[in-house]
Amino acid sequence: MTSASVAEPPPRANPGRRLSTFFFRHSRLRLWALLALPLAWLAIVYFGSLVVLLLSSLWDTDPFTRDVVHEPTLENFRRIIETQVYRDVAWRTVKMAVMVTVADAVLAFPIAYYMARVASPRTRNVLVVAVLMPLWANYLVKGLAWQTILSDGGVINWALDPLGLQFDGHSTLGLWLTFTYLWLPFMILPVYAGLERIPESFLEASADLGGRSLTTFVRVVLPLAFPAVVAGSIFTFCLTLGDYIAPGLITSEQFIGTVIYNIRGEALPTAAAFSLVPIVVVVAYLLVARKLRAFESL
Amino acid sequence: MKARKVRVARWAALGLLVGALSVVAAGCGGGDGGGGASTEIEGLGTSLEEIQTLARDEGEVNVVQWAGYAQLVDEFTAATGCKVNTKDGASSDDMISLIETGAYDGVSASGNASVRLMTTGQVAPINTDFIPNYADVQEGIKNKDYNSLDGQPYGVPHGRGPNYLMFRNDIVPADTNSWNVIWDDAELSKYKGKISIYDDSIFIADAAVYLKATQPDLNITNPYELDDTQFQAAVDLLKKQAAAGVNYWPGDVAKQISEYTNGDSVVGTTWPYQYVQLTAADPPVAVTALKPAEGTTGWSDTWMIYSKAANPNCMYLWMNHMISPEAQAAVAEGFGEAPVNLKACEVTKNANHCADYHADDESWWEDIYYWTTPVADCGDDRGAVCKTQEDWEAAWTEIKG
Repeated sequence: MTSASVAEPPPRANPGRRLSTFFFRHSRLRLWALLALPLAWLAIVYFGSLVVLLLSSLWDTDPFTRDVVHEPTLENFRRIIETQVYRDVAWRTVKMAVMVTVADAVLAFPIAYYMARVASPRTRNVLVVAVLMPLWANYLVKGLAWQTILSDGGVINWALDPLGLQFDGHSTLGLWLTFTYLWLPFMILPVYAGLERIPESFLEASADLGGRSLTTFVRVVLPLAFPAVVAGSIFTFCLTLGDYIAPGLITSEQFIGTVIYNIRGEALPTAAAFSLVPIVVVVAYLLVARKLRAFESL
Repeated sequence: MKARKVRVARWAALGLLVGALSVVAAGCGGGDGGGGASTEIEGLGTSLEEIQTLARDEGEVNVVQWAGYAQLVDEFTAATGCKVNTKDGASSDDMISLIETGAYDGVSASGNASVRLMTTGQVAPINTDFIPNYADVQEGIKNKDYNSLDGQPYGVPHGRGPNYLMFRNDIVPADTNSWNVIWDDAELSKYKGKISIYDDSIFIADAAVYLKATQPDLNITNPYELDDTQFQAAVDLLKKQAAAGVNYWPGDVAKQISEYTNGDSVVGTTWPYQYVQLTAADPPVAVTALKPAEGTTGWSDTWMIYSKAANPNCMYLWMNHMISPEAQAAVAEGFGEAPVNLKACEVTKNANHCADYHADDESWWEDIYYWTTPVADCGDDRGAVCKTQEDWEAAWTEIKG
């Protein structure tokens, strides 16, 4: 009988094994090797493009050829701040973003509430799909559809015609309707998630303590769901602020996005400077949202 | 203490990144200014035969064009082996941006792009020996400011046309023959919200054309050479029009076509292309397009070759193709413009096309002011007091409000 002296063969030192041993011994290096690619992406592609944007806003352009002249100047910022039209456009865009956000919040809350707390599981699934469905369609198609809906021969004016009314669809109001439609799912989903997370026991406790349904809603549901509404509003606000396609399709009025789009070819530095306006507004908005604990319900 | 070190290191890293990127950014746009008059492009054959051989190896040509310009593309590909990829530009500025990407071999440039492209050296002068059809181009269109520099031709003329006044026959009186339908107070209140306007700063010249005819005391001689007073008058007129409510159509012609079709726009300015499309639609839209009594702006376009074209041989053959009688006829009828090679008149489907579009009638073109780049030099004894391209663009953003 052969003795049990057959020793385990020593692990073969192939390169893969050596590498894994190396990384096992150097755990910090392992961490960096894993993070290098995504970090490089974030730093170079993500923040890098922002830095290039910032730098571009410091260049000037040749008045004739409109080529970028690489001499640092603050002229673009002076132009943006001192020219009436840029201030008007920025203010108009922010107002639109606020109006769209408010409208979406008002529309989304009852729908989300019904989905989360009233509907049967079956209905709920159907509703979730129904809310998501518009997102499967191409954004441009939806914009063009609204262009038709709002036009003089469109369905809105067709319905108003017998009443002797007329609706000027190619206006701020028409654009507001379009944006409100486009971004509604982005509001419903976070609010729905937020409402669903409120434990049933809270509502029961409120009832046990003598709270009527309205009191329960105002003092329990609303405060708990508010961060979710703020989370949704980040989407609707930011998306409206930066959009340039819908305004171009629906109205002749200028918004931040359309101005940047229109002047980018001939006045790139001014466009770059102007594009910092929504960035500043959004950062301010996010700071407020953080104060309102919105990020906890994302 | 450690936290502080980390923070310092973080800021240092960010600083390095910003520094590195600014070097990259500064290095990029530098470019080599000034176009020499050399027709040589790297890789271009030295004879027509060699160009034809090399073109087969290139196998493709990428061009920036006004919508609808490239014609008889399949025939061209069959004859030369060059596949044609087109990209529509929406405005002259748009076209310049596209050429500057370096991804294209050539462009159909209007005067307000071509002058800038020649000055910056983005396009190369051409050797007409390699473009046999060049000899057939109308002499009156060769060697103009917008297609040559110091007597050296840059590119081949493509065709010319007016910016029309177009209106729907069911809304606007049939005998309309004046731009006042889009400028006059009484008319503005009639058509407010339904006026279709080209969305580009060059449209300021259209206001100037109207002022030139209606306000002689402004002394406007050329709608692209506007001093302070003249420019302000044009801008005020445009602001009044914008306040009445207009629909801007960017170079994307589909928007204007759909607006005229569904009645959202009833009067405005257009290219012949949209008129041809609307009247040829099924069912046709009843519109009229004409050159009003005051005259109008227009364009005379030129196919130019990018000075660092990747497929210069195919591009030379393409330029030759676009001024062949057959392609010229197809362009003239497809876009609704006058050919520059009059041999095309014998092969147009409509035998009267050249007469209808006044191809050979120089007097008809006298009150059409071709697009060009506004510069400070007024071109007369006023000196360098005229508004520049930069002023025009800033004013255009302001007019739209």
